[in-house]
Amino acid sequence: MKSRGKVWAWFFIILGVLYFFLPLLATFIFSLKAKLGVLSFQSYINVFNDPKFIRSFTASLLWASLTIIVGIVLFVPTAFWVRLKVPKARTAVEFITLIPFVVPAIVYVFGLVRTYSHPPLLIVNSPLLLVSAYTILAMPYLYRAVDIGLRSIDVRTLTEAAQSLGAGWFTILFRIILPNIRVAILNGAFLAFAIVMGEYILAQYLAKPAFAPYMAVLIQNRAYEPAALAVLSFALTWACMGIITLVGRGSGQAQVGGGH
Amino acid sequence: MARPARPKFSWAWLGVMPFFLFTFLFLLYPSSTIVIRSFQDSETGKFTLQNILALFKSPYIIGAYWISIKISLITSLGGALFGFLLAYSAIRGNMPRFIRVSLLTFCGVASNFAGVPLAFAFIALLSPTGLLIGWMKLFGFNPYFHGFTLYTFWGLSLVYMYFQFPLMVLIIAPAIDGLRREWQEASENLGASSTQYWRHVAFPILLPSLMGTTILLFGNAFGAFATAQALTGGQINLVTIVIGSELRGDVLGNQGVGYALALGMVVIMALAIAGYTILQRRTERWLR
Repeated sequence: MKSRGKVWAWFFIILGVLYFFLPLLATFIFSLKAKLGVLSFQSYINVFNDPKFIRSFTASLLWASLTIIVGIVLFVPTAFWVRLKVPKARTAVEFITLIPFVVPAIVYVFGLVRTYSHPPLLIVNSPLLLVSAYTILAMPYLYRAVDIGLRSIDVRTLTEAAQSLGAGWFTILFRIILPNIRVAILNGAFLAFAIVMGEYILAQYLAKPAFAPYMAVLIQNRAYEPAALAVLSFALTWACMGIITLVGRGSGQAQVGGGH
Repeated sequence: MARPARPKFSWAWLGVMPFFLFTFLFLLYPSSTIVIRSFQDSETGKFTLQNILALFKSPYIIGAYWISIKISLITSLGGALFGFLLAYSAIRGNMPRFIRVSLLTFCGVASNFAGVPLAFAFIALLSPTGLLIGWMKLFGFNPYFHGFTLYTFWGLSLVYMYFQFPLMVLIIAPAIDGLRREWQEASENLGASSTQYWRHVAFPILLPSLMGTTILLFGNAFGAFATAQALTGGQINLVTIVIGSELRGDVLGNQGVGYALALGMVVIMALAIAGYTILQRRTERWLR
C-alpha cells in the first residue's frame, strides 16, 4: 500500500522534471547547432555581435532599472506613510495595487494607447510612458514586497526615535526605513527586473526597443539565434529567482495574468 | 475640549497623493476609458448599449471568447490536477527533503518563464524538426502524421501548461502543508480506509483551495497574449490576440466594439480574481 503510493509519487515527480527540463534541453541543444555537423557556440557569438541585440538588451536593462527606481521612490514613501499616518487609506491603496491583476497587459496597453495618442494627451511616444506603465505592471509585486518589509519592522518606534534625534522626513525614509527593509525591497526589485526584462506586450505596442520584441522578430527570421536568446533569457530569470530565494528564503511569488 | 463635529481634513492625506496621482494617470484613467468608451457611440459620443450587444452578435467575437475560455478551462483544470499531484507527491510522498525545496524553486522560475522564450523552447522541442519529435521519429512514430501540430489549439494548451502547473504547485503547497498528519492517523485509528479519509476529510478541506487556485489559473491563461502571439504569429483567435490586432489596425471596423471586447476581458478577469480571493479566505481557516 505504502510502496504503491511511493511509486506514484516518483512517477509524477519524474513527469514534472521531464516537463520542466525537456523544452530547456531542446532549446540548449538547438542553440549549439548553428554550425553544420558540429556543436558550437556560434549562435551565441552571432547574437553578441548583433548591434540590434546590444541595443535592445541595454534598452531593457535601462527600462528595468528606471522601473525599479520609480517604483521604490513612489511605493516606499507611500507604504510608509499609509502605515504611519493614514491607515484609512490602506484599503484603497491595496485595492489599487491589485488592479493590474484584473486588467491583462494587452487590455492595459490598449487603454494606454487609446487614451494617450490624441492631443492634448499625446504622450504615447514618450519613454516615460513606458517606464510608468512598467511601474504599474510591477506594482502588485513591488508594493507588496515593500509592505511586507514594513510589517516586519517597528515603523512607529523607529520614526519617533529618529525624530527625537532631529531627523527630517527625508533622512527617516532613506537612511532609516529603506536600509531596514532592504531585503524585502531587493526581493521585489529582482522580481520587477525579471518581469521587465521578459516583457513583450508593452514594449511592442508602445513601439520601444526591448529584448522580448527583438527576440520575437528573430524567431520569424532566424533558426539558431533565438535559441541562444531563449537560453540567455532563461538564465536571466533563473538568476533573478535564485537571488530572490537566497535573500528572501523563497517566499515563492509568481506572476499572474499579464506577462504571459 | 470638544473637537469640531465636522470631519477635519487631514493634511496627512497629502503624503499619499503622489501615489494616487500616479496610479490615476497611468492605471485608473486609461482603464476607465475602456469602461466609458464601451458605452459610447464611437461617432457621436452618446450613451449606447450597442457596443456590448454587438459582442454577442458577431460570430467572430463569440468564437474568440469561446477559444479563450476553452483553452483557459482546459489548461486550468489540467494544470491544477497535475500541479496538485506533483505537489502532493513531493510534500507527502515520503520524498527526500531536497525534492520539495527544488520543486518549489523550479516552479518559481517556471511560472515566471513565459512569453517569447517559452514559445521558442517548445518550438525547439515539438516543432516538426524539434528534439522530441526527432526522437519519436527514430521509433517510427511521427505525431505530425497523426493530427498533432504545435501551432494550433492543443499545441498551445501544452505550452500554457508550462506556466500553469508550477503556479498551482506554488499556491497549493501551503494548503497541503496544512493537512495535518494527525487527521490521517486519527481516521486510520477509527478504521477509515484511505478512500474514506480522502473523501470525508482531506478532500473537503482542500476543496475551496483547489477550486480557488483553479479559478486563478483560469484567469492566468485567459489574460495570456505574448506566448500565443510568439508561437502562432496570431493565427489562433484568442480574445487577447483579437485585441492586439484591433490595436494595430482596427480589424473590427468599429472602435466602440473594440472597447467592449476589452471590457469583457476585464469583467471575466475580475470575476476570476474575486472568486479566488473569496475561496482562498475560506481555506485560511484551516491553515493556522
